[in-house]
Amino acid sequence: MAKNTKKEPLFRMSKRGEVMPGWKAWGTRFIGFLLSLVVSAVVIFAITGLNPIEVFAKMGEGAFGSAKKSWVTVRDAMTMLCIAVGLAPAFKMRFWNIGAEGQILVGGLASAACMIYLKSLPGLVLIIVMMITSLIAGGLWGLLPAVFKAKWNTNETLFTLMMNYIAIQLTSFFVAQWENPPGSNSVGVINGRTGNQGWLPNLFSSGFNKDFGWNVIIVLAVTLFMYLYLNKSKHGYEISVIGDSQRTARYAGIRVNYAFVRTMVLSGAICGLAGFVAVSGSSHTISTSTAGGRGFTAIIVAWLAQFNSIVMIIFSFLLVVLQKGAQQIATSFGLNKYISEMITGIILFFLLGSEFFVNYKLRFRGRKEK
Amino acid sequence: MESNCAIKMEKITKRFGSVTANDGIDLELREGEILSLLGENGSGKTTLMNMLSGIYYPDEGQIYVHGKPVQIASPKDAFANGIGMIHQHFKLVDVFTATENIVLGLEGEGKFDLKKAGKKVEEICKRYGFDIKPDQKVYDMSVSQKQTVEIVKVLYRGADILILDEPTAVLTPQETDKLFAIMRNMKADGKSLIIITHKLHEVLDVSDRVAILRKGKYIGDVATKDADQQSLTDMMVGRSVSLNIDRPDPVDPRPRVVIHGLTAYDDLGVKRLDNVSFTINSGEILGVAGVAGSGQKELLETIAGLYPVASGTIVYNDPKTGKQVDLVGMDPMAIRKAGVAASFVPEDRLGMGLVSTMGMTGNMMLRSWRHGHSPFVERKEPEHLAQEIWHELEVVTPSTSFPVRRMSGGNVQKVLVGREIAQSPSLLMTAYAVRGLDINTSYTIYNLLTKEKMKGTAVVYVGEDLDVLLELCDRIVVLCGGQVSGVVDARTITKEEVGLLMTQHRKEA
Repeated sequence: MAKNTKKEPLFRMSKRGEVMPGWKAWGTRFIGFLLSLVVSAVVIFAITGLNPIEVFAKMGEGAFGSAKKSWVTVRDAMTMLCIAVGLAPAFKMRFWNIGAEGQILVGGLASAACMIYLKSLPGLVLIIVMMITSLIAGGLWGLLPAVFKAKWNTNETLFTLMMNYIAIQLTSFFVAQWENPPGSNSVGVINGRTGNQGWLPNLFSSGFNKDFGWNVIIVLAVTLFMYLYLNKSKHGYEISVIGDSQRTARYAGIRVNYAFVRTMVLSGAICGLAGFVAVSGSSHTISTSTAGGRGFTAIIVAWLAQFNSIVMIIFSFLLVVLQKGAQQIATSFGLNKYISEMITGIILFFLLGSEFFVNYKLRFRGRKEK
Repeated sequence: MESNCAIKMEKITKRFGSVTANDGIDLELREGEILSLLGENGSGKTTLMNMLSGIYYPDEGQIYVHGKPVQIASPKDAFANGIGMIHQHFKLVDVFTATENIVLGLEGEGKFDLKKAGKKVEEICKRYGFDIKPDQKVYDMSVSQKQTVEIVKVLYRGADILILDEPTAVLTPQETDKLFAIMRNMKADGKSLIIITHKLHEVLDVSDRVAILRKGKYIGDVATKDADQQSLTDMMVGRSVSLNIDRPDPVDPRPRVVIHGLTAYDDLGVKRLDNVSFTINSGEILGVAGVAGSGQKELLETIAGLYPVASGTIVYNDPKTGKQVDLVGMDPMAIRKAGVAASFVPEDRLGMGLVSTMGMTGNMMLRSWRHGHSPFVERKEPEHLAQEIWHELEVVTPSTSFPVRRMSGGNVQKVLVGREIAQSPSLLMTAYAVRGLDINTSYTIYNLLTKEKMKGTAVVYVGEDLDVLLELCDRIVVLCGGQVSGVVDARTITKEEVGLLMTQHRKEA
């Protein structure tokens, strides 16, 4: 045969002919995770000269080093999970809800207001009122962009994002109103010395802040609800169809605009509930950093889990554990937190990158297929 | 002999996962000939051609161009070897002129001389008899002119081997004749051409030789003068198939839907339907003919409640209750609730008729998801229906949960048509129901539609192949620029007469 004028390319991508079975896809993602740890280890050693195994051990210690630390990790993972679960229906419908941050804040604000003004109510009643008001507040924050989208086809990404700033300014205003002690420019711990009204109590013992059992129960209940809602209910089916194609949805007789509004109210309400969980079940105060960027991080959780609420439990823990570990190595090794953020970045990169290998494969030059 | 081949493909194999699209194919294109590539859907024609144009790279085998072995790893390599492909879907920038589109993406030294390029375009047009002006904007062009721009684009880049993928699918008979004349001119000029088409009479009309693929394998070639429609079909399908469409007389035709003075505008305020009036009868197949974009899509969508109506009425006569309902102003849910059993097979199968990411079962639910009072969806019944369609229509899919977007076009259409017919409709509307489907599947669909007609269903068939329209339908409504230019009897009219009606108003304007 005559010699080739040009060489065959080194490798090419090709789409897989069939859908990868679930276990294989998750195996691929797990391998991606392991590889990310290897790469992180190399990076840690190259930059700091520290033993990477020690660094990983310290990260684990930061998240689970003591009973108290473990409970805090669980608590924060639950808050993250609650937000991600709230975002799931909106994103599954391809409604880009970037406004979880604001929805959490108004939910938290509503809870804090109840704690301050309604503290005379009996304990359980107060908690229920707080939950309901935070659901309503978050729901309203989700309603507005959806109505504008349905009526005038406004861009929901910008709209929900801008709603965040309104929520932040609103929070600033009330922080100034509720300032305690005066001049501190913060609300302080609400009802800390007057009987802990509106605090979620411990589940396994008396008092507060030893365990966060109620946080777990509330959030897992919401998670289970969302799983059933998205996978088994008629509304869930509508959401899946709209997410695939709005034209198909209209063709099937789904009232797309109505579904937008309904789903965004639900999405916002659950994010608002996350605000309640953050205020009543964890910080017992309100500030502009109550959401603390978690409304954005939760988007990653929701997408990594492909909107499966149950799978989100794993990814919420993963991200929270990484954050806790990051804080730990920052203090233990006298590093700044950027090195640990690099590790988080590397892990996320590999997890997202493994999606490529779930859908495509590489073929190398000269390799024949069996 | 090798030097007489413009292209020679040797033992070309291409696999996608576990699917072998091309299996050890040997194909020759001789210098200065027109070769028809024939095969059913999924027989690997487009895959094979995509390897010539650099979109795919073969897993095994060797390609020779003018006797020289070459590697084609990108469209750029294809052009370097003088190979140009005209795809089914045009890739043009609407707001650019013909010349601008033609030179788009070309690299050159220094300042680009658009005037010089325009002259060269004009030269090419004169040489082969193309009817476009270099500085005409693409949005002002008809479909056939856009196609011409695509052809000039590859000629401008110096291609002497042209591949046309189903070029006639969007053309009227007159435009098709013009295209074939141009193809003969190019052949006379020493170019070599490959044409992919499903229409056998076109194959016989234009090509010198026919090569046939079946299920990814090369079956053989015949000189066109030794072939006829029946022999080609048999080779393509692998067994003898009847090519006649059975057309029984209409059963007790009564007006089912009466459309009067229907007018509709699109988002930009352009009139898409202009005072359209006609009647759809039960127990007959009503064909709708027209050049692409004459209002066919809008017509069906207004009836289905998916397109806003400016004025006019669409009155549905309920065969069960005898009641009359005006469908104007209703959305699909309201139409359903009014008891109108209308089924609709839209043109955009995956973007409108089906949920592409779901399997057959999920897609069956598109019609039944609202059933029952429980807040949860019923899955058993749709699963049952999916199984039924899977077996009865011989849908090729690994399971009823396999995403439909990963099925081949013919199977996608079987799922869609199967579901719509299973609703036992009293009105069944189909848009381009056999577009892109092979002969076998097309005949399956024709038979299904005829069966529906015999049940007394009012069937609307929007089609592009006039031969089929004349054979399948009882009456034909011809649309032209959003107006009805004629309602004719399909049994007596000729193809040429329909072709004239299709372009009548355009000529007046």
